[in-house]
Amino acid sequence: MSGPNEPLLEVRDLAVQFFTYQGTVRALEGVSLSVARGEIMGLVGETGCGKSVLARSVLRLIADPPGKITAGAIRFKGRDLLTLSRREMRRIRGNEISMIFQEPMSSLNPVFTVGSQMLEVVALHQAVGREEGRRICVEMLRQVKMPDAEQVLAKYPHELSGGMRQRVMIAMELSCRPDLLLADEPTTALDVTVQAQVLAILEGLTRQRGVAVLFISHDLGVIAQLCDRVAVMYAGGIIETAPAGAIFAAPRHPYTRGLLHAIPRIAARQESLAVIPGSVPSLVDPPPGCRFHPRCAERFFPCDRVVPPFYEPAPGHRVACHLHAGEEGRRSWERS
Amino acid sequence: MGAVVEAQNLIKHFPIRSGFLGRRVAYLKAVDGVSFSVERGETLGLVGESGCGKTTVGHLVLNLLTPDRGSVRFKGVDVRHLRGKALRALRRNIQVVFQDPHSSLDPRMLVKKTVGAPLAVNRLARGAELVQRVKAMLAEVGLNEEHVYRYPHEFSGGQRQRIGIARALITGPEFVVFDEPTSALDVSVQAQILNLVKELQRRHGYAYLFISHDLGVVKHMSHRIAVMYLGIIVETAASDSLFAAPLHPYTRALMNALPEPDPARRTMRALLAGDVPSPVHLPPGCRFHPRCPEVQGICTQRAPELREVKPGHRAACHLYR
Ligand SMILES: Nc1ncnc2c1ncn2[C@@H]1O[C@H](COP(=O)(O)OP(=O)(O)OP(=O)(O)O)[C@@H](O)[C@H]1O
Ligand SMILES: Nc1ncnc2c1ncn2[C@@H]1O[C@H](COP(=O)(O)OP(=O)(O)OP(=O)(O)O)[C@@H](O)[C@H]1O
Ligand code: SF4
Ligand SMILES: [Mg+2]
Ligand SMILES: [Mg+2]
Repeated sequence: MSGPNEPLLEVRDLAVQFFTYQGTVRALEGVSLSVARGEIMGLVGETGCGKSVLARSVLRLIADPPGKITAGAIRFKGRDLLTLSRREMRRIRGNEISMIFQEPMSSLNPVFTVGSQMLEVVALHQAVGREEGRRICVEMLRQVKMPDAEQVLAKYPHELSGGMRQRVMIAMELSCRPDLLLADEPTTALDVTVQAQVLAILEGLTRQRGVAVLFISHDLGVIAQLCDRVAVMYAGGIIETAPAGAIFAAPRHPYTRGLLHAIPRIAARQESLAVIPGSVPSLVDPPPGCRFHPRCAERFFPCDRVVPPFYEPAPGHRVACHLHAGEEGRRSWERS
Repeated sequence: MGAVVEAQNLIKHFPIRSGFLGRRVAYLKAVDGVSFSVERGETLGLVGESGCGKTTVGHLVLNLLTPDRGSVRFKGVDVRHLRGKALRALRRNIQVVFQDPHSSLDPRMLVKKTVGAPLAVNRLARGAELVQRVKAMLAEVGLNEEHVYRYPHEFSGGQRQRIGIARALITGPEFVVFDEPTSALDVSVQAQILNLVKELQRRHGYAYLFISHDLGVVKHMSHRIAVMYLGIIVETAASDSLFAAPLHPYTRALMNALPEPDPARRTMRALLAGDVPSPVHLPPGCRFHPRCPEVQGICTQRAPELREVKPGHRAACHLYR
């Protein structure tokens, strides 16, 4: 079924909508993305652009209603996840695919101790006794550099600091030994030293066990340090994908360039930080043509009417922007 | 001018349960003698490792937790002595952006109500005026009008975080504690928010305690910075001075571990060696000594005091005697 060269995860033309009182939120439209075994794929983009919705869709965790996956396919190891039964999906979740959620408190239960929640997960995957299970939990917590790992097991989530909760989550998900890990801003609450250690663990997993990671982050520093390839999202769509080196050295999309420009640098003394002018567009009524055009300094005549297709200005570097249209592209606008 | 907020020798120890009977046998020394002050128009940055006590300090300053020892003064008055009208005024003038927007926003409340609550509670606006001010505030933090009638779970992480920021700033408070306020925001929106927060300070002279582990952000926002390690402040200095010449070995390690936005320079980050420290069984002498690359004999025996090494630049380290 799944050949050796087939990506582990392949999302094709995915669309997700939320039907709200204020209108239909078009959260994702025409999203395609692939992740190979042993690859760390970075996913970046402005807040609200759809990164978490994309990750949750892969696990079919979009609450329906109000949400719905309205188009597309999600292939994992050759099977279309969107056609699986609930039972089959449950088997995949937390086994073959696991997810570190963006806000740890949303997935930790406040009324149970950390230990009982972790033991439950361990018991799901490994047939071990209580003592052995405890030992595994402590080991997992030590791996993510938790101080007083034994004592942490007896604590409730609210007794932990923000970064500690996040580490509990990471330890739990890694213990599932997944083939694909969806990591949604997994290190936002960690200081740089602990973060560096957690990233080293993730990197080790992919290099040694071939785990694939979809790594969502708005921290471009982290993305640069960790990822093999990077996909940039804007307002519900992917607008550029390329090897990490190329994204940082030669970004092609005006939005990606703006994003890189806005990083606060330690070295520089800036009174005011650079921003991409304008505001994030409404997804209820997104701009026509290129969704970025109202904020784009380089827009020209086709931008507000023709949706830019993907162009490949360099091997493996894909960008959805009219600036990169060749002759053929230009002719197509003239026709329309 | 005088300090807006002054914290003196704050101490907070949490009892640790152990065994099935939950007997208290030990104490977790989350905050172990922390003093600082924040002036009008000033931002004090608070940085340090995860779990070192930053949020606890913030909660002590806000009177959300009672210190075991030490005091907090707001414009010279000990907050424990405030009652009635004065206490209400304090609540209006002190605001907070919590670290975890998921648990700090009421899931059953529309955004209009959440963000408008400080106005309503303090009877500063109501009805159409309130809605107007909520919309204006949301626009300032980069959210749209269509967001007013939504519930917290209908937002992305970064959008939720900005709802918390809008709620904190809507009454124009004199002192704000920001606890990792932009950790879920991308650089561009983050810049927009930080610029807004700075601009409000410039216009109105607000004082801020700014907690973050993002050194780039802290540097940009803060006039002065305090570095915490295991419940105490180990270094404080003007922002420029700290970044130009960090003194404490811990501060230096922090700066080395910064991930650079450049895949060509995947420097294997200088990691701190040694076991992670325990806030229950504190190491004797300098709390940092088990991980310190420059440890000397005295470090394992005597705790260094926070002392002035250069004008305005203080460090707690035996290297500077
Ligand atoms: N249940 C819902 N109802 C309505 N809109 C929703 C719902 N869930 C998400 N959205 C909208 O979908 C869009 C994408 O949200 P998503 O959480 O994927 O953003 P994100 O890219 O992860 O952002 P962040 O970096 O802030 O976490 C947002 O504009 C959000 O408001
Ligand atoms: N209510 C509580 N009961 C028991 N222990 C607590 C409680 N609140 C915090 N602690 C402990 O106090 C220490 C400091 O926690 P705090 O939340 O202040 O850390 P922090 O510096 O904000 O960390 P982070 O950067 O991860 O948010 C931690 O060891 C934590 O487990
Ligand atoms: S397609 Fe046009 S508007 Fe969109 S990014 Fe490119 S130049 Fe700018
Ligand atoms: Mg998200
Ligand atoms: Mg905290």
